Amino acid sequence: MTRQSLFRMRMAGLLRKELRQILRDPSSIALAVVLPLVMLFLFGYGVSLDAEHVPLAMVLQDRAAPARELAARFEGSRYFDVRHAASLSEARRWLDQRKVEGIVCLQSDFAAHIQRQQAASVQVIVNGVDANRARLIQAYARGVLQQWGALRHARGEAAAVPAVTVVQRVWFNEGAVSRNFLVPGLIALIMTLIGTLLTALVVAREWERGTMEAILVTPLRRIDLLLGKLLPYFFLGMAGMGLSVALAVTLFQVPLRGSLSVLFVLSALFMLAALGLGLMISAAVRVQFVAAQISIVTGFLPAVFLSGLLFDLESTPLPIQIVSHVVPARYFVTIIHTLFMAGNVWSVLLPNALALLVMAVLFIALAYRNITKRLEAP
Amino acid sequence: MTVPRRIIALIRKEFALILKDPKSRVVVIVPPLIQFFVFGYAATYDLKNVRYAVLDEDRSAISGRLLARLDGSESFARVGTLTAGHQVAEVLDGRQARLVVHIGSGFSRDLHNGAPVAVQVLVDGRNSNSALLALGYIGTIVEQFNRQLAAEGLVALSGPGVALVERAWFNPNLQSRWYIVSALGGIISMVVVMILTSLSVAREREFGTFDQLLVAPFTPAEILIGKSLPGICFGLIDALLFSLGAVFWYGVPFRGSPAALLLVLIGFVVTIVGVGLLVSSMAKTMQQALMGAFVFMMPAVILSGFTTPIENMPGWLQAGTLLNPVRYIITALRLIFLQGADTAAVWPQLWPLLVMAAVTLPVAGRLFRHRSQ
Repeated sequence: MTRQSLFRMRMAGLLRKELRQILRDPSSIALAVVLPLVMLFLFGYGVSLDAEHVPLAMVLQDRAAPARELAARFEGSRYFDVRHAASLSEARRWLDQRKVEGIVCLQSDFAAHIQRQQAASVQVIVNGVDANRARLIQAYARGVLQQWGALRHARGEAAAVPAVTVVQRVWFNEGAVSRNFLVPGLIALIMTLIGTLLTALVVAREWERGTMEAILVTPLRRIDLLLGKLLPYFFLGMAGMGLSVALAVTLFQVPLRGSLSVLFVLSALFMLAALGLGLMISAAVRVQFVAAQISIVTGFLPAVFLSGLLFDLESTPLPIQIVSHVVPARYFVTIIHTLFMAGNVWSVLLPNALALLVMAVLFIALAYRNITKRLEAP
Repeated sequence: MTVPRRIIALIRKEFALILKDPKSRVVVIVPPLIQFFVFGYAATYDLKNVRYAVLDEDRSAISGRLLARLDGSESFARVGTLTAGHQVAEVLDGRQARLVVHIGSGFSRDLHNGAPVAVQVLVDGRNSNSALLALGYIGTIVEQFNRQLAAEGLVALSGPGVALVERAWFNPNLQSRWYIVSALGGIISMVVVMILTSLSVAREREFGTFDQLLVAPFTPAEILIGKSLPGICFGLIDALLFSLGAVFWYGVPFRGSPAALLLVLIGFVVTIVGVGLLVSSMAKTMQQALMGAFVFMMPAVILSGFTTPIENMPGWLQAGTLLNPVRYIITALRLIFLQGADTAAVWPQLWPLLVMAAVTLPVAGRLFRHRSQ
């Protein structure tokens, strides 16, 4: 027999074994299919950074027409659910008990000031515990006030219009819908889970169960072993990714402005990097418990915190930004956000794809080196 | 052997399993601490040094003053000055800048004539949250600029406007780090506890030692205690370390009572140990157990309000979060740290945790006994 047909036979046997191990164990299928589905539904329908219907306490110490008109504009805003409080102290109690998230207070001299063309003030108090949400609520309140000012100006009631106004446009995501930003990022997380976490256990498991010794006496070479471990999980991960993309586009209406083939090629690169990391850990550690811990610390958690999936990396201190450069998910999150919302922007895609390629090659090479065909620990 | 000595022997064996292996020993203490410090800095919604480019077609003294205000703010960092409109798309597409400020050619003329003047701001919406925040910052800066112009009499304002007086309670400077870091300890200790406990029974089952444990003269309650104590201990130690770190390293205020903190942490860690053992008892292999842990943890963290507010979720999902133990610890930690809650104030968060702990642990105990028969 030729060397090539021998190789094919060995690979076919090993792949069959690995594939059976996956298929016999419904939990890996669950991880590739069920978990992405659950997460996509949660992110698509449930999770949002956009505040609407914020419960707000309104304290009207002044019952004159201008005060009532401004209050009505707060009530009409879709961002607020207004409850009227009898006094400021009652509103404060509501804020303490978390029944409302903010207070708008119009003091007793509000209308008088307005009528005398003096500056009237509107007090806005927000619960600052969630700083991000507090800022949004403040901005919404400012918007309501500005619209009211413009209305009064148009009626010739001589309210000041600001000298300079800001005309804003949000590119790539016109409505600034947080779902368009969260759902593609989630795909990176799901692939990390399958690629790094699942594979981190596969070689360690063979050592721990002692089946590695059985493999050592077979004519399998290191490269056969590596490919046998890599390929089944690669397809599992790509299946999870394909499913996620299909759902993101069809069900959640996330725009996909780049091309699908570029998305698949670059996802495959990321999948290889994630798999390489998992196999590297697995080969180096040989104990499932420790392999699991390390893969969570180096794979999963950085994919959440250091990838730009949720938090803006550029606002973090410099050391954190430097550390984030060794996280594969960072490059892929940039790629996937660009591909979904902006399109095939090669000046963004190419450098990040190159980084992924380097990492994939490096991790897989290190995994290859560490899968020794010897009994003693490396 | 008397009962206490039996249990002590079992507990010693469970601790030895974690502590005898130098790799496992390091793994339960060092990575959680590193995570706490790295992620505490990484997890922020505040914007700093947003890279922006300027297209100033007016090039007047007054447009220069508006831009100087932007440059002077630590939220923005100028990375480029554009000369033509077509460059806007290039810098935004290629992420060289995340925001472009466009000042039209009539800016200073219109301003002096009292005509309405607009500054166009184009922002990269790939991160929608950052985009909205950056626009908010710009709005504030422009507002200050307007006030300055009016004060100098450079523009004629038709009358005094309505001023907004803004105040934020509990977090006056609106630092999102307080919000994240106060709750981060709960999340990281949950990960440690889930991994420790979900793998513990699964490992014995994979190695076949669990059957030996069952035929040994232990009652199910004793096995349960032996299996849950290491998780409870390490989880509590980690969570308390993180609380200290939040206060002394990150400067998060601690306004509530330490007793309340200890109580909610105990309630939470015991609940999570119960969930972990539940997962463990249903898994045949460690790989399955690990996946089970994630199937619980990922939705639980997402639906906890840790990173995205529960109030933004649709009503049916908000109702669903009432079954999520992580929701209660996150709310309780923020109440205690930032809003100064004592045990009474945190009771609405505490009793669901105690109920869940009282349910999950016995169920786990029964389940891993039954599954082996």
